[in-house]
Amino acid sequence: MALIELKGIERVFQLGDSTVHALTALNLSIGTGEYVAVMGPSGSGKSTLLNLLGLLDRPSAGSYQLEDRDVTTLSPDEQAQVRSQRIGFVFQSFHLVPRLTAAENIALPMMLAGIPSRERNSRVERALADFGLEQRADHRPDQLSGGQRQRVAIARATIMQPALILADEPTGNLDRHTGDEVVHLLEALNASGVTLVVVTHDPALGARAKRQLVMEDGSLKQDSAHAPG
Amino acid sequence: MLAADTLQLAIRAVTAQRLRSFLTLLGIAVGIAAVILLTSIGEGIHRFVLGEFTQFGTNVIAVAPGKTKTGGSPSGLPSSARPLALEDAKALERLPHVVAVTPNVRGNAEVEGNGRTRRTLIYGVNAKLPLVYRSTVQSGQFLPPDDEGSARAFVVLGSKLKNELFGSENPLGQRLRIGGLRFRIIGVMAPKGQFLGIDLDDTAYVPAVRAQELFNREGVDEINIAAEEGTPSATVAKEIKERLIARHGREDFTIVTQEEMLKTLSNILNVLTMAVGALGGISLLVGGVGIVTIMTIAVTERTGEIGLLVALGARRRTILLLFLGEAVALSAIGGLLGLLLGFGLAQIIHFALPALPVHTPLSFVLLAEGIAISIGLLAGVLPARRAARLDPVEALRSE
Repeated sequence: MALIELKGIERVFQLGDSTVHALTALNLSIGTGEYVAVMGPSGSGKSTLLNLLGLLDRPSAGSYQLEDRDVTTLSPDEQAQVRSQRIGFVFQSFHLVPRLTAAENIALPMMLAGIPSRERNSRVERALADFGLEQRADHRPDQLSGGQRQRVAIARATIMQPALILADEPTGNLDRHTGDEVVHLLEALNASGVTLVVVTHDPALGARAKRQLVMEDGSLKQDSAHAPG
Repeated sequence: MLAADTLQLAIRAVTAQRLRSFLTLLGIAVGIAAVILLTSIGEGIHRFVLGEFTQFGTNVIAVAPGKTKTGGSPSGLPSSARPLALEDAKALERLPHVVAVTPNVRGNAEVEGNGRTRRTLIYGVNAKLPLVYRSTVQSGQFLPPDDEGSARAFVVLGSKLKNELFGSENPLGQRLRIGGLRFRIIGVMAPKGQFLGIDLDDTAYVPAVRAQELFNREGVDEINIAAEEGTPSATVAKEIKERLIARHGREDFTIVTQEEMLKTLSNILNVLTMAVGALGGISLLVGGVGIVTIMTIAVTERTGEIGLLVALGARRRTILLLFLGEAVALSAIGGLLGLLLGFGLAQIIHFALPALPVHTPLSFVLLAEGIAISIGLLAGVLPARRAARLDPVEALRSE
């Protein structure tokens, strides 16, 4: 069953007088539980694709079906609801709230979703244990190492039990060793059934995925699932 | 998102920047303190002035000759209007709800007694004056209820006049010359203090008819009526008006009820209090601008965070409320601080300068805190709307 179904997606930006086609005539289908790496040079449109998948951006044309539901026509509040319940984000620069502790950062999506604090606390505790952060619960991000920060970010991305995790260069700010740890964490999540889409420059990281998409000039140049020849 | 969580996140953001938040809320605090202090002084003066007026009793009605279009107390200057007569005063005594009536003939005259001379205020009244003005006699008795037209030449001294002329001697039974007339002293009034700078004890009370003789007047300057407590002054005033019109044939007099006068005075003093409060409000405005500034900076600084919140599923409304909550938290805490500051200063003034009346009603305190919170809301709207309208893609890229 397809989790994501993109048909004829166009994304056009207006930069001064010139129009930039960030994505052109993109058709893509990603099944539930897949592990997909999106690769390509800078400006090839892979970040735009990720933002579209995460409902942070709207396509200029085309349709996007997430779990058989057309999400491009939803109201902003309904899209927020989808982001809250179905999508988890992992960023290159972690994006932790600096004044909140690790535990509070992990609890943030549940706070936004209006989950009462008692349930939040028990779920955060479990997440801290799962990601080996029990000792760091009350530390603020500036008291954590890069690897720990990204683990907090992944714990936050998964706390609402989303169907889809979108990771934008998750290892970009980490050294090789901690980067590997983070990748293993993400892969373990994928193994438990969560669909994982990783945008990366790193060919080694890209190669680990079961399916590689290569973007160029706003269109899909290569898809290992439909490899030519 | 739960309201308690919104508030908690907003307060966390405020406390994360302690110095900055403190300085911002200090602006509001100073404004609220100024408003509270100034309105406390205004309200204190209000109460003081009203207290001065109500010491004569609250249900006094005055009738003066001549019709004036506007309210206010009669000037006491002689006018060409048809005078009120002693008989008019007599006629009003029989009205329902009227407790006591006294005519009032005022004048300034030289008083001589015990070998000393003094210029003082002479009131020509009748035996009912203590009832109308709530005065008490200290020694001797007040003027006897003689027939108005042929009252005996008795005089009752105010306590100051008695002290000036007789010192500690007993003046009762002594003779006193006022102008060209001779009087016998039959009583001394208890001290009443001052009223708006006029010494109420530097007076002498004589029968109205004797005062008319003394000052060569036909009528009286004023008729004072005490109505029953609990009866609306307006009802009694209407009866007085009907009775006097029946006697005079037209309305050639002016009735001023104390209730009406106090109301007018109270309104004027309220305007005064509001005006000084508004002066304090200017500093509050400056404090509000401080909040706008700091919230605008906060939105710029935390652009990445706003993008993150959108990515985590926050609605626009939630982001708006978060930043509004932050502005309101700043102004509410500043308001509380200002209340303490203003109230403390008012108390210090009260102790240091007991002559300056200071009063802080609870309604002002609640109103001031309400104003502080509204300023926070207003100040937060623009920055919060900007935050809520950010493009999440752009916002996430900024870091």
